[in-house]
Amino acid sequence: MRKFLIGAILLTLGAVSPAHANLNVFTCEPEWAALSTEIGGDKVSVYSATTGGQDPHQVQARPGLIARARNADIAVCTGAELEIGWLPQILTQTSNQKIRPGAPGSFEASSFINLLEVPTRLDRAEGDIHAAGNPHIQTSPNNILAVAKPLADRFAQLDPANAQVYASRLADFTMRWQAALAKWQAQAAPLKGVPIAVEHLSWIYMENWLGLKRIVALEPKPGVPPSSGYLAQVVDTLQKTPAKMVIRAAYEDDRPSLFISDKVHIPAVTLPFTVGGTDGAKTLFNLYDDTINRLLAAAKG
Amino acid sequence: MYRTSPAAKVLVWALATASVCFGETPARAAPDDGLAAIRDAISNLRQEYEAKIKDLEDRLQKAEAEAEAAKSSAATAAAAAEDAQKSAVAAQAAPAAPEPQAARPPTSINTFNPGIAAVLNGFYVAASRDPTAARIPGFALGDEAHGPARGFSLGESEINLTANIDPYFLGWLNLSFGNDNSVSVEEAYIQTTSLGEGLTLRAGRFFSGIAYLNERHAHDWSFSDASLPYRAFLNNQYGDDGIQARWLAPSNIFLEFGAEWLRGDSFPSGGAANQGKGTATAFVHAGDDINDSSSWLAGLSYLHARSDQRDSGGDLFSGTDDLGIASLVYKWAPGGNPTVQNLILSGEYFFGRESGSFNAIPLGYNRSGWYAQGVYQFMPRWSFGLRYAQLGAGGVGAALAGSALDDLGRTPRAESALLEFDTSEFGRLRLQYSHDDSDIKPLDELLFQYTVIYGPHPAHRY
Repeated sequence: MRKFLIGAILLTLGAVSPAHANLNVFTCEPEWAALSTEIGGDKVSVYSATTGGQDPHQVQARPGLIARARNADIAVCTGAELEIGWLPQILTQTSNQKIRPGAPGSFEASSFINLLEVPTRLDRAEGDIHAAGNPHIQTSPNNILAVAKPLADRFAQLDPANAQVYASRLADFTMRWQAALAKWQAQAAPLKGVPIAVEHLSWIYMENWLGLKRIVALEPKPGVPPSSGYLAQVVDTLQKTPAKMVIRAAYEDDRPSLFISDKVHIPAVTLPFTVGGTDGAKTLFNLYDDTINRLLAAAKG
Repeated sequence: MYRTSPAAKVLVWALATASVCFGETPARAAPDDGLAAIRDAISNLRQEYEAKIKDLEDRLQKAEAEAEAAKSSAATAAAAAEDAQKSAVAAQAAPAAPEPQAARPPTSINTFNPGIAAVLNGFYVAASRDPTAARIPGFALGDEAHGPARGFSLGESEINLTANIDPYFLGWLNLSFGNDNSVSVEEAYIQTTSLGEGLTLRAGRFFSGIAYLNERHAHDWSFSDASLPYRAFLNNQYGDDGIQARWLAPSNIFLEFGAEWLRGDSFPSGGAANQGKGTATAFVHAGDDINDSSSWLAGLSYLHARSDQRDSGGDLFSGTDDLGIASLVYKWAPGGNPTVQNLILSGEYFFGRESGSFNAIPLGYNRSGWYAQGVYQFMPRWSFGLRYAQLGAGGVGAALAGSALDDLGRTPRAESALLEFDTSEFGRLRLQYSHDDSDIKPLDELLFQYTVIYGPHPAHRY
């Protein structure tokens, strides 16, 4: 048995040592994978734990994720408890010192944003609440910009040899992003004040960015699937205070929003939510292009 | 933020006075009505400046109040958000944008309390025979190798306490409260957190890392009870005192090696043979994603247990147990989203040999067993599952005929089905039906179970 074990270990070491890149980046969500690539270029190799079609709350600590986290130099995640259901388990099983909480390789994007919707009552009876506030910061492009700088700084801290590259790529990204922000602001002008209904409370940062007015959420409490009784209440609310559309993220169950769409005759809009969420949102820039296009199309109709 | 208002006032007054002084030279030459006009002008200027200063002060105070409110109150956060976002955009142009600081938590005596979680479990069981008296002919069973008793009962309730001890260790204590009000230390171990290179060491009492389900606590199992092989070979679940080493290979597929050295005081070992170091195990786990929707985990485990007068239901066994376990788990969730639909298929094959003396009669016989199960979540919150399990015991000869090891010519097997409703990820209601055909008379059981978790319970393993 012992001989077998030692043999197997040696075999593994020889056969599967990963190719060396400057910086191994493990990202929890696709938007941070896209941002890491924007900042790091070919100096980083990026792995995203989730895809655009996945609910970042509900991910399993799969063996594949543990293996990737084992070799990471930095973990770039949203934080604010978004990944509480799976990331701690991965960190415990990998025992990778570089990315444990508090280490320089542990990057929490939400710590650079003033979080909104901080719950006033911390109680599981309130559903899936996040004590630090709403973690879905990537729904506003302003937040991407606020995270880009600290991320570039962190890359430079971990990989000083390429600090110059990260700084110049950040400068380039910032310029392009600010131009895009101005463009989006102009495009989205007709959306100001448009009333909406949402499935999950995922959109507060986008609502503020575009001036959308949320009338109602289809979940009675965060993370609690709506019952038919609750949906009837929502229909009632929307008949009194009409909304222009009902919004859901690409990963969410479409049935509640289709039901509402059918009952109160407003369009059900699927938004990409993150990079890769829809076919039109393949890059970080396209994410917001596609989001605005879909909202504009629904607001017109 | 520094307070500019008094300084600004002084500055503005200085400027105003200066402008008045400069303006006075021509004013002296002017007639009296001109002087009055200048006085008026100065007075207007003064009012204007004061209004502006007041306005600046107000705006500053408002901004400060809003910044405070944004941090502390969710109610006003939305209102402040637009401003905050605008200032964030503006701040990009300015160097060194201030990072928001987390509010400092108050210092208190319980700041460093460990994470405490409770698991509660309750049963109602209707059964055709007493499940706690169930036997499996051909197998000498441990004392816990049966399901919950008939009627209402409290299943195992657990309290977990866990925290990092220092930069090098974490601690985990799991107290289990039995239905008979007995408290037992189910797990109590320390584990290294900072060895790096994928190496983790553990010492204390813990569930062995062999097989797939063994390491998982009962509340994390897909079915309400342990399957036949776990009951027969491991007394439901093998835990003991000892040390464990695990090493995670630096490969892109998950590859983990582990070995344990344990006291040997729990079934299938007994009597703490070999001066209390009677059991050794080794295991390897491998797994990966197949695509976005599916993933797998496979394992091979080996356990070598020595027993010195192991007592199972009055039967004494001394000798060795060799047990090999092959495990395979496959999970599917469309697009990687398990919330709406998901499927978990798993199966394990146990094969082993027990040799030594059983009630002083020489013994050497092979046993095997396997189970296969599938649990399918067909809509949010609802799942159903099926499980089949079977055991095979080799013949033990005439000397042991009529003993617990006599299989009576039977092949023990059991079928189970379940229906489950999850109130959330922390609450679960389950209905399970089992038909157990191990003994001469079958055992039909209907189990109603609730399981809840509250407190900071760590996420479960894959």
